[in-house]
Amino acid sequence: MRPVRLIFGTTEGAIGAVLLSLLVLIALFAPVLSPGDPLDIAGPPLLHPFSMARLPLGTDSLGRDVLAGIIHGTRTSLTVGLAAAFAAIALGVCIGLAAGFSGGLVDEALMRVVDAFQILPGFLLALALVSVAGASLPVVVLAIALGAWAAPARLMRAQVLSIRERDYVAAARVTGMHPLEIAVKEILPNALPPVLTLAAVIVAAAILTESALSFLGLGDPNIVTWGTMIAEGRNVLRSAPFLSVLPGLALVVTVITVYLVGEGVTQALAEGKAGQVDRQGPTA
Amino acid sequence: MTLLAVSSLTKRYVSGTRPVTALDDVSLTLDRGQTLGLAGVSGSGKSTLARILLRLMPADGGMVRFEADDWLSLSGRDLRRRRARMQMVFQDVLGAFNPRATVGSVLDDPLRIHSPLKERDRRTEIAALLDRVGLQAALATRSIRDVSGGQRQRVAIARAIATRPSLIVLDEAVSALDVSVRETILRLLVELQQERGIAYLFISHDLAVLRAVSHRIAVMDAGRIVECGPAGDVIERPRSDAARSLVAAVPRLVIRG
Ligand SMILES: Nc1ncnc2c1ncn2[C@@H]1O[C@H](COP(=O)(O)OP(=O)(O)OP(=O)(O)O)[C@@H](O)[C@H]1O
Ligand SMILES: [Mg+2]
Repeated sequence: MRPVRLIFGTTEGAIGAVLLSLLVLIALFAPVLSPGDPLDIAGPPLLHPFSMARLPLGTDSLGRDVLAGIIHGTRTSLTVGLAAAFAAIALGVCIGLAAGFSGGLVDEALMRVVDAFQILPGFLLALALVSVAGASLPVVVLAIALGAWAAPARLMRAQVLSIRERDYVAAARVTGMHPLEIAVKEILPNALPPVLTLAAVIVAAAILTESALSFLGLGDPNIVTWGTMIAEGRNVLRSAPFLSVLPGLALVVTVITVYLVGEGVTQALAEGKAGQVDRQGPTA
Repeated sequence: MTLLAVSSLTKRYVSGTRPVTALDDVSLTLDRGQTLGLAGVSGSGKSTLARILLRLMPADGGMVRFEADDWLSLSGRDLRRRRARMQMVFQDVLGAFNPRATVGSVLDDPLRIHSPLKERDRRTEIAALLDRVGLQAALATRSIRDVSGGQRQRVAIARAIATRPSLIVLDEAVSALDVSVRETILRLLVELQQERGIAYLFISHDLAVLRAVSHRIAVMDAGRIVECGPAGDVIERPRSDAARSLVAAVPRLVIRG
């Protein structure tokens, strides 16, 4: 497949893709890699890393397996990050397409809503929503998505405004194509690629936001998250710093991985476009 | 028999502070199966007229009768259905196609929208259309990006005739093509006209091209039609300054004089 090969063609993309595949595998096979509930007590409390083979990364102040927490936390982080980004981009694309394509009053109204959401700090919005609606995974995902959809909406609208002036859209209109079909078939696929390059940033931000919410005790209490682990490690930061450092590292690695993949995709898209221009050849 | 009657069309663009009058009381008529050449220097309003006729932008005033319709007052479903009768071919041979399209899908759209044909029959029809414009049926599966400029313009013509229009508006349709390709495309257009009785509004700043295809020629200057008459008359005995300077600009080809 061409896109995959292109992503591996860049250093950032290749490293990012390998790391991300690894993280995804860990997330998918978390129950196999570390069976049982990671919130169960697994051994003596505050066991330091590398002191017991069965619990290689030690235990927290309640005696829970740190490695199990990190493995299952991968699952939470990726799920929330991907789901929130998907929701944010889907919403942004729909609103941006509607605004750019309809123009006039609809555009004006929708963009004021976008403005409102863009001015509100995403984290505060998420904080408010989760404290009101309660901390469960779907609410967290929704709360993060609501703070992140404005940027893709704005970019999508700009793309649509430029594309709808192209000759091929005029040609579709002259052909008698229904406006909805024009929006979906002619404009959407051509407007989408730059918007998708926002995905990496949104996923990374969503993962960080989720951790921050959990850190503040606003994560789903029945699920292990890195944010909760970091927060709980804080109380014993002097005697057992690894309890905060290890999940923190996991968070950093994941965010960097997502960033690298995003860079790879962006570069691949840029190259793909250059390739297209090359193939156009001279007129006639 | 009159196919198209444009009367007192006006259009002003308001961009920035100063409005530009792009069309100023434009009237013209075009008979069935005839070609009206539309000449004029850059910025004289030719494309504006084309875009208004194609219902791609609204006019500020005036009236257009096309076939039996009050053309500018059609809207929605009625307009989409009637659009089959008036098609276009534009200058930009690449920009006129969705970059993701294949040659086949470009031709399938108008057939799907306007003809009762089922998918299988549409494929046969697409092959026939390609053949009619001098392209191989095998081209249907190719990406539009992977065919040459001349081939693309043939595809654009095939798309335009797919809905069996009575009028095709061609805006600088051959200007981007090199001279040898230009001639074969012009020949194809003339053949199609004789065969199907299609009228053309043929826009070009090149009088030599217009002379080759037009029955009548209209000359625009600053948004007005300043001269309109049989092609030969306008070129041999231009009456307006605009027409005279266009005629003077026609390159005289001299080979080893
Ligand atoms: N979208 C627009 N906004 C503002 N002014 C415009 C716009 N489009 C065209 N104009 C102006 O309207 C006038 C007529 O433009 P038009 O494109 O119809 O000319 P044309 O005869 O097709 O020229 P050319 O031979 O260069 O294609 C010009 O003065 C042009 O600058
Ligand atoms: Mg023009």
